[in-house]
Amino acid sequence: MDEIPYTIKAREDSGLYNAKLGIWLFLSSEVMLFGALFSTYIILRIGSVDWPLGSSILHVHLGALNTLILISSSITMIMAWVSLKQKKFDTFRLFQGATILLTLVFLGIKLSEYSAKFHHHLYPSHSTFMAIYFTLTGVHALHILGGLVVNSYNLGPGSKMWKTNPEQFTNRIEISGLYWHFVDLVWLFLFPVLYLT
Amino acid sequence: MSESHSHDLPFWRKYIFSTDHKMIGLQYGLTALCFLLFGFSLMLLMRWELANPETAIPFIGKFLGESFSPMTPDAYNELGAMHGTIMVFLAIVPLVVGAFGNYVVPLQIGAPDMAFPKLNMASYWAYFVGGVVMFASFFIPDGAAKSGWTSYAPLSVLSIGQGQTFWLLGMVFLITSSLLGSINIITTIFQLRAKGLTFMRLPFFVWAQLVTNFLLLLAFPPLEAAGILQLMDRLAHTSFFMPSGLVISGQPLEGYSGGGSVLLWQHLFWFLAHPEVYVLILPAIGIIAEILANNIRKPLWGYYSMVWASIALGFLSFVVWAHHMYLTGMGTAISSFFQATTMIISIPSVIILTCLFISLWGGSIRINTPMLFALAFLPMFGIGGLTGLPLGLSSPDIHLHDTYYVIAHFHYIVAPGTIFAIFAGIYFWFPKVTGRRMNELLGHLHFWPSLFLMNCIFIPMFTQGMMGMSRRLYDGGMQYAHVQGVLNLHGMILYSAIGLAIFQLPFIINLLWSIFKGPKVTSDNPWDATTLEWSTPTPPPHGNFSHEPIVYRGPYEYSVPGASKDFVPQDQEVVK
Repeated sequence: MDEIPYTIKAREDSGLYNAKLGIWLFLSSEVMLFGALFSTYIILRIGSVDWPLGSSILHVHLGALNTLILISSSITMIMAWVSLKQKKFDTFRLFQGATILLTLVFLGIKLSEYSAKFHHHLYPSHSTFMAIYFTLTGVHALHILGGLVVNSYNLGPGSKMWKTNPEQFTNRIEISGLYWHFVDLVWLFLFPVLYLT
Repeated sequence: MSESHSHDLPFWRKYIFSTDHKMIGLQYGLTALCFLLFGFSLMLLMRWELANPETAIPFIGKFLGESFSPMTPDAYNELGAMHGTIMVFLAIVPLVVGAFGNYVVPLQIGAPDMAFPKLNMASYWAYFVGGVVMFASFFIPDGAAKSGWTSYAPLSVLSIGQGQTFWLLGMVFLITSSLLGSINIITTIFQLRAKGLTFMRLPFFVWAQLVTNFLLLLAFPPLEAAGILQLMDRLAHTSFFMPSGLVISGQPLEGYSGGGSVLLWQHLFWFLAHPEVYVLILPAIGIIAEILANNIRKPLWGYYSMVWASIALGFLSFVVWAHHMYLTGMGTAISSFFQATTMIISIPSVIILTCLFISLWGGSIRINTPMLFALAFLPMFGIGGLTGLPLGLSSPDIHLHDTYYVIAHFHYIVAPGTIFAIFAGIYFWFPKVTGRRMNELLGHLHFWPSLFLMNCIFIPMFTQGMMGMSRRLYDGGMQYAHVQGVLNLHGMILYSAIGLAIFQLPFIINLLWSIFKGPKVTSDNPWDATTLEWSTPTPPPHGNFSHEPIVYRGPYEYSVPGASKDFVPQDQEVVK
């Protein structure tokens, strides 16, 4: 016995291939990570006497724009996977490239927001609101950065796998997509919690 | 990868950056055993200080630097914090999950390897880096972390030097390692079970690992979050754990906005650290169950109840964390809730222990070194568990909180509990790993003194604790009138601890000697066991099984009526 089974094909009783179960388990741990950070937000806010209105400090329009960008990138991510399922490699490259482009725009806007805050001397040490704002969005941005690296790899050197093992390559896009949707989902919670309330 | 490939691999691919679950398991095991010894020696230094406050340590004191001759309170705190951290995160968890989980689980479920071999390698190296960061922190100016292994804020946030920052960075690596490892083990158990190996045919050890790894998967991320927040507090001067109006040595604290919550750290920390307790004990119970079943020569009594009890333990362990915090002023309503859940969680633990005890009834018990450790585990774990009940109720906890009683209670579970299970497991699986047996005489010479001395160390602590001796005092409580009567017990504990250290030598000698010179086993199944790991060649080659195993029966079919031998392996089709 040398081959590890179910690396590509799903196991009958679980209905999943290994990496798909792996990514779901990883995402469940991510729920706990962000769950703890959101709980921190709640506890700090309940304990505070002068919690500021997010919209009075943060730029709501930029936040809303970033929300739109991330949702769009989720759509292009799905389209990239669908293209592979339809065996259209060129369309895949188009949509995967679009996802990466949207990610870069998101990070650019985030960076400009950060630098505007620093410019006004609003550092994490300024208040617990700024502390949780920078920590939550910072941890989220690190996740975005991780996704960017994976997606770029799959568009660049990783895409050679399409020629040798198209099924596994499609699976790779599927699981990186699952991760990407999760990261978007986190932002969908972050935006109203930090910017709108 | 084919079997012949494994022989062609260069040294560094085969032994250092290996992706074979067995090699990674051994790497975990050896590294963690070194940390176990290191954590133990830190404790010996602390014990000297407690028995002989402010006296230089003879012989070795002068090699340890100025702060150890005699030991300063800061140095004592450093040792205390690092003893706890090293024992929990660098020794016990890597041993029971990293070493035994990695080595034994794929074999017991009939898999060729873990589901993600490269991820497995990454998790070992993340653990290794975490260990190096923790170890290195002893050698930086102002030394290692000294705010207890729990790193309560704001003490930890304000602690001088970079020791605490190193601790947090080290923890991030260790948590990442556990996370990757747990994803791997859970996926392996779900996906790679051999044909016919249904969930209720899994050996109990695999069940214990499954529940344990779910705990690691879901409980560790909140600590990672807490670690990030404390890093922010230390490096970016945020105030997550810094309350308003903090005054240090008569001076109002500057540079922090305040408004944070001190209790938040404790909640986040114990949300991990209570499930962590079950991470320490469940795989140990799994090891013990395997060894007991093998040596009583009959099926485990109540296998189904044990499985359901461990699942219940897993769920309940997420809702008991605040019983570590009765005295923090979080309110009686919350205390009542956590008292209730704490009493409830003792039920599944008792079910498991009772099943193991009843299993002994009517068995034809074989006595060998692993079985001795397994038998000793049962009452020792029992003492540890039962002495926890008063701590789980908030009124007796007012008296017992933060005393040596607490130390004695959880050390009974982890030291003569989990560590005995680890020894049992090493003696038990050693013939499979190396193809050689360990020496029985040295095994006895290791077991009996260890059992006796462990009790000499921890029973006096119950007495000291009930007299109200605090666990945090570097001089052992010399200046307190109410503990004068039990101060002399420190001497007894010190000499027992030194004795315990000496009687680990037979084990170390036995282990090293047997690897090279132990008598070779004549069969792949030297203990006449039933589970799948004994159907592999010895030692198991790359890919583990010479043919695909198919499972036909439950894990513990010993003394089946009508069979010619007193055991029927899981992959044997017909009873004959």
